[in-house]
Amino acid sequence: MENYDLVVIGGGPAGLAAAIEARKNGVEKILVIERDRELGGILQQCIHNGFGLHVFNEELSGPEYAGRFITELMSMDIEYKLDTMVLDVTDDKVIHAINQQDGYITIQAKAVILSMGCRERTAGAINIPGTRPSGVFTAGTAQRFINMEGYMVGKRVVILGSGDIGLIMARRMTLEGAKVLAVVEVLPYSGGLTRNIVQCLDDFDIPLYLSHTVIDIKGNKRVEGVTIAEVDENRKPIPGTEISYDCDTLLLSVGLIPENELTAQAGAQLDPHTNGPFVNESMETSRDGIFACGNVVHVHDLVDFVTEESRRAGRGAARYIQNKLVSNGQAFKTKPLNGVSYIVPQTVRIENVEKNLDLFLRVRKVYKNVKLVIKGDDEVIKEIKKRNLAPGEMEHLTLPVNSLTGKSFEYLTIEVKEEA
Amino acid sequence: MEKHKLICINCPMGCHLEVTKTENGGWLVEGNQCKRGTSYAIRELTEPTRVLTSTVIIKNGFLPRLPVRTETAIPKEKIYKAMDVINKVVVEAPVKVGDVIVENILDTGINVIASRNM
Repeated sequence: MENYDLVVIGGGPAGLAAAIEARKNGVEKILVIERDRELGGILQQCIHNGFGLHVFNEELSGPEYAGRFITELMSMDIEYKLDTMVLDVTDDKVIHAINQQDGYITIQAKAVILSMGCRERTAGAINIPGTRPSGVFTAGTAQRFINMEGYMVGKRVVILGSGDIGLIMARRMTLEGAKVLAVVEVLPYSGGLTRNIVQCLDDFDIPLYLSHTVIDIKGNKRVEGVTIAEVDENRKPIPGTEISYDCDTLLLSVGLIPENELTAQAGAQLDPHTNGPFVNESMETSRDGIFACGNVVHVHDLVDFVTEESRRAGRGAARYIQNKLVSNGQAFKTKPLNGVSYIVPQTVRIENVEKNLDLFLRVRKVYKNVKLVIKGDDEVIKEIKKRNLAPGEMEHLTLPVNSLTGKSFEYLTIEVKEEA
Repeated sequence: MEKHKLICINCPMGCHLEVTKTENGGWLVEGNQCKRGTSYAIRELTEPTRVLTSTVIIKNGFLPRLPVRTETAIPKEKIYKAMDVINKVVVEAPVKVGDVIVENILDTGINVIASRNM
């Protein structure tokens, strides 16, 4: 069995930032394990721009953003293994992994960072009626085919789901000569960033049908057509509203699922609201010394926030290894109330918070001109006015640690308050 | 007075902008949370631009496609013509991030650059 101070599982943006930050905080022996053929994760196929505005104050493409971290990691001589699949993480931090070069290996770590990211929800998960011909892809699969492998996936396209990857792919396929007939969203609002509606759909006159879904796929060998219909408030199709398209491709952008099989195997508790592990202020899971960061914890819209969160996990793991994490003292849980679907982190031990406590949350529906009210038990700590809140746009709140110290409360709650 | 509603695409904040053409021919931009919103709104209503990202064929590379982008935004109406140019390009590995792949595309004064090492 090999021994490492820190093993990072997943070499995407989360794992890279966490490993680099841990090294900067004095962790010597670090290993990053990646199952793909190179480091960088999903960013390598996200060739569009818009990454890095917060972290680098510039607008980079996905590969450029990843490249900066890969270069830094390599300059620090942090070890990594590619094409390596982790099979199991035990609660005493033994990692079982397999690859073609080493065969089956076991590694004892002092601390583990889980940064496996998320995967796409597929056709099987959303019960689309109709046949199962070729030509139905998740948007991310199509993105990898087009941007990395050089294969065009179709000529006439309908996209189900208005998540960011679907919107980005609507533009990408149009630029590559395909006709994108429609983007169809079952909810009454888009799941993607507003700016992507503007620059990916409006720019190319691609219609967005809200409160609509796919009710039929036609074709035996290849997709020949797709029928959509409007849905009522119970998401049931309304007869008479059907629109049929002749198309050869259906892309699905219907949500991302944090990939937490290893997290569960390690015995860390999962939050049903985020589908990721419960984490504390240092991004440690309910298992001692096992940390998590990035999309495995909760699905982010912006890689910049993944980086910030992962740096916190890297520092947390470093302090854990150095026995500097405080496990007693003032602590509280966070709790989403009216209109808020989740809050990360779920527990906070105030003495481990550096200067500010960063809280990430999503709301349940679209709100205009409301307040986010933060309370410690029943006492208001802060109120923040918000002009627009949407489930597709993660909110990031920063509370100075001195606004929390010395108060004793069990729950920090956040709720949406609509103006009377 | 001419009024426009826009959504700023400079960053993922996606500020909702309200732009009014003033009587003296200037522009009043409201709703932005940073000054880039003002310049975006005026540009969007006068001469809209976009950063174009795509791929080119690469020979002897780790992958068959190399991601590229325009260094800065190019006029929006030139996007499809720029794609025609980019689609004809074939490069040979190795390429470094930032290398110029197409110089001064369509006489915009803007280069198309590689967006990764390969």
